[in-house]
Amino acid sequence: MSTAPGVEICTLIIENRECGGRSDQTILDVAEEYGIFIPTLCRLPGLSSIGACRMCLVEVKGSNKLLPACVTKVQEGMEVTVNSERLEAYRRTTLELLFSERNHICSVCVTNGHCDLQSLAQKLGVNHITMPYLHPHVEVDASHPRFIADHNRCILCTRCIRVCAEIEGAHTWDLMGRGTKARVITDLNRPWGESESCTGCGKCVQVCPTGALSEKGQAAGEMMKRRQFLPYLSMMREVGK
Amino acid sequence: MNQDDLANIAVQTKQEESRYDHVIKVCVAAGCLSANSDQVKTQLESEVKQRGLESCCKVKGVGCMGLCAAGPLVAGEGNEKMFQNVTPADASAILDSIVDNKPAPENVVIDSHLDFFTGQKKIVLENSGEIDPERVEDYIAADGYEALFHCITKLKPLGVVEQVTKSGLRGRGGAGFPTGLKWTTVYKAGTGQKYVICNADEGDPGAFMDRSVLESDPHRVLEGMAIAGYAVGANKGFIYCRAEYPLAVKRLRTAIRQAESHGLLGNNIGETHFDFKIEIRLGAGAFVCGEETALIASIEGGRGTPRPRPPFPAQSGLWDCPTLINNVETFANIPPIIRRGGEWYSTIGTEKSKGTKVFALAGRVVNTGLIEVPMGITLREIIFKLGGGIPEGRRFKAVQSGGPSGGCVPEQYLDIPVDYDSLASVGSIMGSGGMIVMDETSCMVDVAKFFMDFCMSESCGKCVPCRVGTTQMHNILERISEGRATQNDLEQLKELTGMVKAASLCGLGQTAPNPTLTTLRYFMDEYKAHIEEGRCPAGICHPVKDKEEAEVGA
Repeated sequence: MSTAPGVEICTLIIENRECGGRSDQTILDVAEEYGIFIPTLCRLPGLSSIGACRMCLVEVKGSNKLLPACVTKVQEGMEVTVNSERLEAYRRTTLELLFSERNHICSVCVTNGHCDLQSLAQKLGVNHITMPYLHPHVEVDASHPRFIADHNRCILCTRCIRVCAEIEGAHTWDLMGRGTKARVITDLNRPWGESESCTGCGKCVQVCPTGALSEKGQAAGEMMKRRQFLPYLSMMREVGK
Repeated sequence: MNQDDLANIAVQTKQEESRYDHVIKVCVAAGCLSANSDQVKTQLESEVKQRGLESCCKVKGVGCMGLCAAGPLVAGEGNEKMFQNVTPADASAILDSIVDNKPAPENVVIDSHLDFFTGQKKIVLENSGEIDPERVEDYIAADGYEALFHCITKLKPLGVVEQVTKSGLRGRGGAGFPTGLKWTTVYKAGTGQKYVICNADEGDPGAFMDRSVLESDPHRVLEGMAIAGYAVGANKGFIYCRAEYPLAVKRLRTAIRQAESHGLLGNNIGETHFDFKIEIRLGAGAFVCGEETALIASIEGGRGTPRPRPPFPAQSGLWDCPTLINNVETFANIPPIIRRGGEWYSTIGTEKSKGTKVFALAGRVVNTGLIEVPMGITLREIIFKLGGGIPEGRRFKAVQSGGPSGGCVPEQYLDIPVDYDSLASVGSIMGSGGMIVMDETSCMVDVAKFFMDFCMSESCGKCVPCRVGTTQMHNILERISEGRATQNDLEQLKELTGMVKAASLCGLGQTAPNPTLTTLRYFMDEYKAHIEEGRCPAGICHPVKDKEEAEVGA
């Protein structure tokens, strides 16, 4: 393996396993190469990572803070703990918080059975919510001829924003407001169907982890997301640099 | 301009002022201005004119004198005579008192030997209330820009960094990171483009230390930044100031213009090869932009949201360049440190917290306003000596330091020294300097709810624990205060405080649980009274049980 200048090969320990990686790789990159599972939600390979959902938090020996594995670069001699009682509890709480935030009703959701949020909850054993639901009034934007944005299901992972800006280059999606009032918006908060920058490529729909963005004409459980294009496009982007 | 020109201006300005027998200082910082101190100043000026005293009496607008609650403040005879709550109608009596030494009406006189004034040690605020903040000559006469000239003509950049390291100064924004270490990191970060940023996005409720410094002595901050620029190798600085401080912004603009026209900022400062320019950027009302990575994103023109660190701004900050980012008060400490030496500064304060700290004293305390005290002073001294104790003979309950990121310190810890580590050991933080005193009429559940409401509204929404966690915690606190909560809610609140603290992305979320955590720790009996008995001991909240009784009674 050849390395770029300034990039070093490091050895580190992840979940008691000795691993080797390049200093420009993240903990998550290396863990995946070794088949060590770290839960993620906002991250999607091919898009930039932002460390926002806090699912991939890990403990690193010598650091008093928990670090997001998706953006933390590996260092020589690092000792990383992926699964501890505390981390697992935090991940379950994070998922509970997400479920309590908006209106996630799987049984009537177009992505039921194919949803990243749902399958992560199943995998981490979140089978009931102890927190009160916030039940916000959230709108559905069906103005686009082919797609629907149902903000009830949005978890503000910003994958749609990133894929639109970084790969399609349209930057139709953005964020508005703050806290729980934050919303993903098209153009300057105009209905999606009236957006002048949207090319209608549908990448945002395919990368959306939940049923927030979907194709029209799908019944509950019918919306399958197709993300095969991402690795290829992100590779093209790297080559083009 | 070179060093001789600077000395000439200083001498001339001092001579001009010494021609007057009496200098009457009127506070024109935001607090007193909002109580019409500008009218007081105009009235005093016209009174002086009427009496034909122009040659011996000068009326001068100055910065904050500290006792803001008693404004407008006027001082004369070298602060021996001080007046409070002055109205334009009092101008004549004040002039009588200062010029003819007649006794002034009792309601406007303040004892200038109050502990509030004498108990302070002023370094950052040494010029506040003394110089005219809109005249660079006044600042130069008070040894201004001497430290900058000393650095650029006599010291190597590393020598400047060494002095700052030796001083033991720690960041005054709240977290207390060693300033010397930060400067060293940026100094060592290559030779390319670097930036200096001054964080003036002061947002804690009840805190106005930075505003006061900017309004009273803006050149001090510019000088501190220029010295920092020289030390770390940056030629460009930004001041990120919140737009809610229009007077501070106006005075900064004036100061920058004056400094540029005097050759104290710009190219070839002091006829050396050192260039340094400063620009102002205004915040758009987001508390989170006080967080350094969010602040940088905002200057870059993006949405003001934080990003995970590392990389720290010292390595990769503004436009991915190494960036030194310090708070207003930190920069304001730099000129005296250079002028008098890092060693001198390190003799003040405690072993691990050097120097002085400015606090905005507010709440249920007799003297509210701005104070600067040496580190290591006890909370008791601040509240009962300088602050004059609790009004109306009520009982002290707790003091909240550090704003929404800090905690409530109860009576049993009143004798701990005020320094970074001691405050942290009892669950609070030094913070940027807000200090809110509470007495028996304050409900601690209500206090916790207030700060959680603040954090919930100011959360940027990027990370899940802070966005949804603060909302859920706020809702639980609301249920407790309304008497609708169960024991289960309390357990959930405890769990969430730990989770949000550990899992949030930036300092806002990581410290948002602190007011709740400390009130849970020290005032559990109040939580229990709300939950189990439906009773608010302080009578602030109206829990359900109280309501029912009220209805029955009616």
